[in-house]
Amino acid sequence: MLVDKIEFSLLNPELIRKMSVAKITKTELYDQEGYPIEGGLMDPRLGVVDPGVRCRTCGGSVGECQGHFGCLELTRPIIHVHYAKILFSILKMICKKCSRILIDEKELKKIKERKLAFKKIVKLAEKRCPYCKQEQGKLKFIKPYTFTEDNEILNPIKLRERFEKMSDEDLEILGFKKMRPEWLILTLLPIPPVTVRPSITLETGERSEDDLTHKLVDIVRINERLKENIDLGAPDFIIEDLWELLQYHVSTYFDNEISGVPPARHRSGRILKTLSQRLKTKEGRFRGNLAGKRVNFSARTVITPDPMIDVDEVGIPQLIAKELTIPVRVNEKNIEEMKKFVLNGPENWPGANYIIRPDGRRKKITEQNKEDIVKEIAPGYIIERHLQDGEIALFNRQPSLHRMSIMAHRVRVMPFKTFRLNLSVCPPYNADFDGDEMNLHIPQTEEAQVEAEELMAVRKHIRSPRFSGPIIGAIIDHITGLYLLTHGKKKFDREEFTQLIRAVDPEIEIPDKKTMTGKEIFSMFLPKDFSIEHKSKSCVGCKKCLKERCEHDAYVVIKDGKMLCGTIDKAAVGDEEGKIIDKMEKLYGPEFVKKFLFKITRLAVDVLTKVGFSISISDQDLPQEAVSEIKNVLEKVRKDVDELIKLYEKGELKVLVGRTPKESLEHSIKITLRNGLNEIGSILEKSIKENSTIMMARSGAKGSMVNITQTAAVIGQETIMGERMERGYYERTFPHFKKGDISLEAKGFVSRGFRNGLTPFEFFFDAINSRESLMDKSLKTRHSGYMERRLVGALQDLKVEYDGTVRDSANRIIQFIPGEDGLDPSKVERVGVDVRGIAKELFR
Amino acid sequence: MLEELPKSYLGELPRSIIEEVEEVAKERRLSEEKKERLIEEVKKSYLKGKFEPGETVGIIAAQSISEPATQMTMRTYHFAGSAGIKVTYGLPRLIEIFDAKREPETPVMTIFLKKRFNSRKRAKKIAEEIVEKKIFDVIRRISMNLSEGSIEIEPLNPKRIGTIIKAIKEKMRDITVRVKAKKVIIIPKGKVSIGELRKIRERIIETRVSGISGIASVVIRMEGEEWIINTIGSNLEEVLKIEEVDETRTITNNIHEMARVFGIEAARNLIINEALKTLQEQGLDVDIRHVMLVGDIMTVSGSIKPIGRYGVAGAKTSILARAAFEETIKHLVRASVRNEVDNFQGIFENVMVGQVIPSGTGMFDLVAKFEE
Repeated sequence: MLVDKIEFSLLNPELIRKMSVAKITKTELYDQEGYPIEGGLMDPRLGVVDPGVRCRTCGGSVGECQGHFGCLELTRPIIHVHYAKILFSILKMICKKCSRILIDEKELKKIKERKLAFKKIVKLAEKRCPYCKQEQGKLKFIKPYTFTEDNEILNPIKLRERFEKMSDEDLEILGFKKMRPEWLILTLLPIPPVTVRPSITLETGERSEDDLTHKLVDIVRINERLKENIDLGAPDFIIEDLWELLQYHVSTYFDNEISGVPPARHRSGRILKTLSQRLKTKEGRFRGNLAGKRVNFSARTVITPDPMIDVDEVGIPQLIAKELTIPVRVNEKNIEEMKKFVLNGPENWPGANYIIRPDGRRKKITEQNKEDIVKEIAPGYIIERHLQDGEIALFNRQPSLHRMSIMAHRVRVMPFKTFRLNLSVCPPYNADFDGDEMNLHIPQTEEAQVEAEELMAVRKHIRSPRFSGPIIGAIIDHITGLYLLTHGKKKFDREEFTQLIRAVDPEIEIPDKKTMTGKEIFSMFLPKDFSIEHKSKSCVGCKKCLKERCEHDAYVVIKDGKMLCGTIDKAAVGDEEGKIIDKMEKLYGPEFVKKFLFKITRLAVDVLTKVGFSISISDQDLPQEAVSEIKNVLEKVRKDVDELIKLYEKGELKVLVGRTPKESLEHSIKITLRNGLNEIGSILEKSIKENSTIMMARSGAKGSMVNITQTAAVIGQETIMGERMERGYYERTFPHFKKGDISLEAKGFVSRGFRNGLTPFEFFFDAINSRESLMDKSLKTRHSGYMERRLVGALQDLKVEYDGTVRDSANRIIQFIPGEDGLDPSKVERVGVDVRGIAKELFR
Repeated sequence: MLEELPKSYLGELPRSIIEEVEEVAKERRLSEEKKERLIEEVKKSYLKGKFEPGETVGIIAAQSISEPATQMTMRTYHFAGSAGIKVTYGLPRLIEIFDAKREPETPVMTIFLKKRFNSRKRAKKIAEEIVEKKIFDVIRRISMNLSEGSIEIEPLNPKRIGTIIKAIKEKMRDITVRVKAKKVIIIPKGKVSIGELRKIRERIIETRVSGISGIASVVIRMEGEEWIINTIGSNLEEVLKIEEVDETRTITNNIHEMARVFGIEAARNLIINEALKTLQEQGLDVDIRHVMLVGDIMTVSGSIKPIGRYGVAGAKTSILARAAFEETIKHLVRASVRNEVDNFQGIFENVMVGQVIPSGTGMFDLVAKFEE
């Protein structure tokens, strides 16, 4: 390992002087010719930022020389703002006369033995020095960097004197190691190398300096002025003022966001970004450059679906494939192949973009020089060749909320300009195709490729660790297709079923039959020993389940690879709940599931193209009886609510515990409405004849009964913060209602469906509701994002050790057995180890 | 219990699975030999499903909890179950749990009664007893007699005058209390200004007459065959003193109170149960193992530490990881005066300097033996 520890301590003046290569004394940066002045802040000894120049200290050029520190002799000592608070706490602990800790020897010994925390030691300080019997003054710390004693200012020189007298032992008792408090009062200011604050040359030839340089110029200028004034013997108040100004400049150099101190500004009025600001916040050094880094060998473009490529493949535009390369070392065996790549050049895929000679120099391959390069190639050369089919790529969609947001796919180079992906991997990425873009990364070394393949491959993430179920599965049209295929007793003649089966699998043996049912076709792709029984999504939840004889064909039975009854829908093969996928993953492994999923989704798509499937506005048509029935229900609800309101106004409404009469009324109204809507829902369900829209809801492909109710019948109550509409005018939502009107209409009840159109009031209420949910969403992402960051911050170092315990980075045990049973939720079924199931299998 | 189980496979299988095996064996009346076979199979299945060394369980748990959290509601309150008590739920409640707030926004208790006291009548009686009643709730009028410099209270029920006087006397000194014409008259000792008199009046109004402090209201309801009391407001210590209360099951939703009364393990379980409940209420499916880890990290130290800069994340050993999390400057300044050392054992530190992280496949080195 390169770095195995980092020790933090303070720079002392001696060290600053030692590491300094130049003393800075001059305010100007450049002379008339534009060359940096020696002794100025851009001193050539501090390193190089311009190409072609060599460092005066180490002789390195840009890139080689990291830069060297200089130093500035401060005329008067300056307090380091960040340490002012610590200085004050030490100051309070020591005697003003003898600088010893204000605790008698006996107590000190105890403290030393017990290693008390600093906070506790502070409380033990006495008011009179136990050693020299000196009465202590009243100390005060005025933020950000002023100290007073008995209302008199203690200047840094006096402070330094006190701290200098402290002994190292005393400091150690207080918990300070390898530091002297006087070092926190600066006499020497280290000047960072120019590489830390490079100047930029604009197109006009003008030089623009870094913020830090600007700040340092201020410091040097005031420092020199102070020195001159002292030498001239200027009056005290002028010196004091300049000293204070120097303190201000040095302080803002360290931190330009100190409260109570006006921030230093650029000439243009922009607030300068100084040292602290470089480290802090999301864009700062720590979070912005160290925790997250920019990478090469990556691509980003719009995604589009492609049901023809495999689940773990990703279609990459040729344009991108020609840009992304993989380094391959030339050896005797692959030299011919490599030569071909080079001959293809950078323009023709599959070609190569660069060669790296054994001495490490890289050369760009062009159309002109490719013939020469081919002659040159020998074992030991490295060729950066284009991306090819079958290679490993990491595919990612933001926000990366869980580990399935970045998975390894196999490359498939394709025409056009979008990334193509199989629809089954949409759920883990949470992707759709309304303009989503995704990122792609190409691991460069063999080690990285193998690791990506072994740990991140799509098939290894079929089971989500969140709920131990499949997160990859059939979606939308796949489910509709399979539902159409397997529901009821649909028959396909020989031509039809041959085409269906052959589309999926060109090799499988086609049974010698005249007709096949949809269930039989589906069974073709099931393993011969696969058995499962489960309720499908369309199960209506009868009181007594008839199982095989279910009149809705909603009970799936598969026995030894034969589908006997039921309908394949979301509950069987969908993401999150697919029971068949779940069981197969466990029995036959992820590779098998991947293949199975591809087959059945292909089948589903083909069924849809064969059978045809479309929805229409007439799907929402209701028979006349249903319309009047719904009308009756609404009438009843309205009457009930009016009744409740009347009761409330008379004060006879039953008041619920812990709630005001008004709240009780609202609660009762809400319940009445909910019941009414449920009733309407069931009317719809029985009166709308089987059609495409309802079928999608039933199979779990897309939409729900609520959606259908809202379009065909009534939208229902619009709410804000879970309450009926309250806002708007005084005691009413619109000026068109009477004040204090709390009837259904006046409070945002929409008694029409989208299909029939809303009244202006209703439309407005609906818009209010939509706006609320929109705001809610954007607010939510912020909160949950921060919660995630905190959770990760708290849990990131926890890992399972060889002994099976969960430990953190300090090797503290957090759990003896992870999750109390040691089972990895991404490896087992939801129940954990299914003892009952095993027993059933074992002793059949 | 554990000792009774066959020792031969103890240690290889977790307790919960062993117990299930025993149960199944009993149900199916398996012979010893068959049981052995079952155990062998279970063991195989268990080993397949075990965590591998190096697995970053922490990050998986964090992601598994916060990924569905994006789908939670931001609405703060809802009326829980049949009791209809207003409680915080959804994302705000989840954040509240992980923040380990001193006092939840809506403190509630679930009080169970001992079997032999379980009746509607008894439950109702207890419920009435524990509701906090203040003077304010039992009087018709309170007035200040400025000429006399006294305060007059007219109780709702003249019969309860005694309890009112008792409550006032307990809370306040430096007063004399008299009864005149069914009114309680309170005269402060010594001279008091009108302002002071007003203050005394405020204090009298807030004085507790009966019930347990903190319990604002109660609901009794039937769950299964049991009568349960739900309260708004929480005071475990006092409620547990009541004889009829089943102290083995009664809980509050205040984590700190739970830790104070029942100990840290109870607090851990409460964190797990509450977090899981909050997630499940929203129809989100999260494995309990992830929530357990969060519960454990919040309580390993013996006291409850919130997730965040003042808790778990701020207590990390690595300076760099802390600095990167929040309050960058503070951590660097502190580390420098204390001469702290970052040992590069965690993930972040190693990412920072571009090294392989010490978890997952990076936890191991390859040792190969070459023929000479």
